[in-house]
Amino acid sequence: MNIVYTDVLVIGGGLAGLRTAVGVKRRGHEAIVLSLIPAKRSHSAAAQGGMQASLGSSTMGEGDNEDVHFEDTVRGSDWGADQAVVRMFVNTAPKAVRELAAWGVPWSRVQQGERESIINAEKVTIREKAEAHGLITGRDFGGTKKWRTCYTSDGTGHSMLYALGDQAIAYAIPVIERQEALALIHDGQRCYGAIVRDLITGALTAYVAKATTIATGGYGRLYEVSTSAIICEGIGAALALETGVATLGNMEAVQFHPTAIIPAGILTTEGCRGDGGLLRDVDGYRFMPDYEPEKKELASRDVVSRRMTEHMRKGKGVKSRYGDHLWLDITVLGRAHIEKNLREVKEICEYFLGIDPATQWIPVRPTQHYTMGGVRTQHTGESPNLKGLYSCGEAACWDMHGFNRLGGNSVAETVVSGMIVSEFIADFCDSPDSELNLSTGLIREFYQRESAKLNTLLNSTGNEDAFALRRQMESIMMDKVGIFRTGPELQTAVDELQALLTRSRNIGLRCHASGANPELVAAYRIQKMLKVALTVAYGALARTESRGAHSREDYPQRDDQNWLKRTLASWKDENDTLPTLSYEDLDVMSMELPPGFRGYGVRNHIDHPDTERRQAEVEARRKEHSDRFSLQQALMPYEHLLPESCRGRNERLSEPLS
Amino acid sequence: MSTVNPTEAQQPPRTLKISILRHNPQDPASVPHMQTFTLEEAPAMTLFVALNDLREHQDPSLQFDFVCRAGICGSCAMVINGRPGLACRTLTHTLAPEITLAPLPFFELIGDLSVNTGKWMRSMSERLQTWIHSTDSVDIKRLEARMEPELAEAIYELERCIECGCCVAACGTAQMREDFVGAVGMNRIARFRLDPRDQRSDEAFYDLIGDDDGIFGCMSLLGCQDVCPKNLPLQSQIAFLRRKMVKVGLS
Repeated sequence: MNIVYTDVLVIGGGLAGLRTAVGVKRRGHEAIVLSLIPAKRSHSAAAQGGMQASLGSSTMGEGDNEDVHFEDTVRGSDWGADQAVVRMFVNTAPKAVRELAAWGVPWSRVQQGERESIINAEKVTIREKAEAHGLITGRDFGGTKKWRTCYTSDGTGHSMLYALGDQAIAYAIPVIERQEALALIHDGQRCYGAIVRDLITGALTAYVAKATTIATGGYGRLYEVSTSAIICEGIGAALALETGVATLGNMEAVQFHPTAIIPAGILTTEGCRGDGGLLRDVDGYRFMPDYEPEKKELASRDVVSRRMTEHMRKGKGVKSRYGDHLWLDITVLGRAHIEKNLREVKEICEYFLGIDPATQWIPVRPTQHYTMGGVRTQHTGESPNLKGLYSCGEAACWDMHGFNRLGGNSVAETVVSGMIVSEFIADFCDSPDSELNLSTGLIREFYQRESAKLNTLLNSTGNEDAFALRRQMESIMMDKVGIFRTGPELQTAVDELQALLTRSRNIGLRCHASGANPELVAAYRIQKMLKVALTVAYGALARTESRGAHSREDYPQRDDQNWLKRTLASWKDENDTLPTLSYEDLDVMSMELPPGFRGYGVRNHIDHPDTERRQAEVEARRKEHSDRFSLQQALMPYEHLLPESCRGRNERLSEPLS
Repeated sequence: MSTVNPTEAQQPPRTLKISILRHNPQDPASVPHMQTFTLEEAPAMTLFVALNDLREHQDPSLQFDFVCRAGICGSCAMVINGRPGLACRTLTHTLAPEITLAPLPFFELIGDLSVNTGKWMRSMSERLQTWIHSTDSVDIKRLEARMEPELAEAIYELERCIECGCCVAACGTAQMREDFVGAVGMNRIARFRLDPRDQRSDEAFYDLIGDDDGIFGCMSLLGCQDVCPKNLPLQSQIAFLRRKMVKVGLS
């Protein structure tokens, strides 16, 4: 039995995992990062558009601060977010951008003087101040009041990932590639690491650690058409789920991005619309202003995606052999802008569609894009149920996105949560609490269990095909657990997924190699993915309201009275075919921003009984405090929740620090 | 406004003959050989789609690497009809119906079309210390250091490298010198050299690349520039860097 010991095991080598590893290493703890692939190839690289942080340096960002970013994020979440966590996030995001600047990210900068821009299909002239020249600039993104999205042309995620990947190398952190965690080692109270399979040799290793962090990204690949990289299969969520103890939060909250190309499902960044691109229908008509007179193409993603679907259902879509689509028109931005700021988009159009987006419209449709749900954690990133288990980034339900994430907030979450959670992990490793008292028998038990499962699969005479089961799951999720949902369809989805789960226990393989074996990988992953898919479908079936990205046609209202709560899913017994659901209430009386109208989408909700009382309290506080910091402190103190290194105000041109 | 969607092309589907160089070094019985698969072409089919189809329906042991399948992560570089390129963004309709695929040369073979570029890139990064070297302490609560907008763009221009390995696979020097850092390595140095946040001097860079495994090993055949999927200006960067390094070497 191979056993490797470290202080902190990080599963996943994207931005969240790398930032966590760097953070604990800086505090003097050893870390090992396990990754399915070379870390710099992680899905974080796909965040083309940018990272939100309220620096407020550019003219269109003037007046921006943590308060505005906070409100945008909470409204975007449709009040599903943990508001204290959102506060922790918005206060740390500017620090994260500046840290990355010091690590070499070539953030796009403010150029003083006048420049042309496109806002709402019209040319406008923006004048940048001389005193802002050379500071980090921001672009417009959906669902935001200010231009807040920091970017490097259109390769933001790539630049961030290379900067952090290089930091991990500078800190001599081992990033062990082509490794896949199969199970967490735990005793029901405490997590001790993971059993890990080498994807090249097939060898198993037990990694034993004081703290284990799941930073494996989302579960978009449960869906047939997804913008996610093909490795975003929800395996991290499954690892937590299969402990039977750790819970997953809000798994039914799945976001669709309005503009992925058809048929490849590759994302064209929100920057296209942020920079002034338009959506057009089969007649070339710009339809979004009819639905969303104020935000138009730049309402939040869930709203734009639903409006597009609605419009296509009216017969206004463009027919193709892959189904209906609409047009994204960025020709209005001009070739120079496209070739500089939207070059990745141009390349995608050339290579995957054979078109020139400077002269031709891009065929797009809403496509699965982001998963708000994940391993439920406390504000520290630790599972409330399994000590020593942490999670951050898209893999986690921390929970700053609630039921809908804003563009630019995901890549921001990766580094911000990595900064914050790594400090809490380091604190934990510093404390006597983290000492490991485990029997080698426990490690052996998990090791042998995983080894036996693999042998069973390799020697199975079963007649089910892993790839075929996978395709069936994907199409069930796409057709019945998609952008619009209904009770009967969700029930069918749950029934069908349960049947697939049962069938997945009878997979037979054509390839019997115990080392590199893509079919074996597909087989053990589909068994895990089906459980995760069931948490999504079953959670969606149970939630009889519409909130954020979760849109029930049979329950179109947001129902704060009954559903202002977070879904928790666990898998109690290995032989179960359904997750066990429970709920965690959100406390209106402690909210800084009580539930209300988002400002876009449909105004249609049932109030929570506490909302009016809390709203009155908030308004009274507003009258008492003229200073935004003291008002915030009076409404919802949060700074004590942050690690010491992330506390403190952020400097802006308009708010100099003494 | 008419936009031609290539997926709408109305022609009878072609039959593709895809020949793949197969070998599994993990299996002592494996001998490198070409295997030809037959596959009906589908509209908008890329090599990503084609290879997955082959794995699912014809040979589940077939090894290859894709991650983003959108041309941005650099995982799927392979030799396509004799030329290194990204498989995920290669549409089959741009190729003749007989397609030959082989793993990138130079890198350690994992199996079939899968090679260990990650291991090589990490070792290159360790050797060339591809990170910002600075003794400044930065207070992240305060305004960031300013940078000219054009300079930020110029740095990003060189940072667009995705470490796919095509340039090394196409490099004449790399065929002869296994420790050659390749265009990918020199481009990284050029990127940090341009960045004022990195305080290393030309002398420090000379220590890293001032030999035949670095800038003086390049024979200027420029296969790297020809195959770079990101169209990085490798030719001018290598030439510029060589001039600067010669200056250090002569002083």
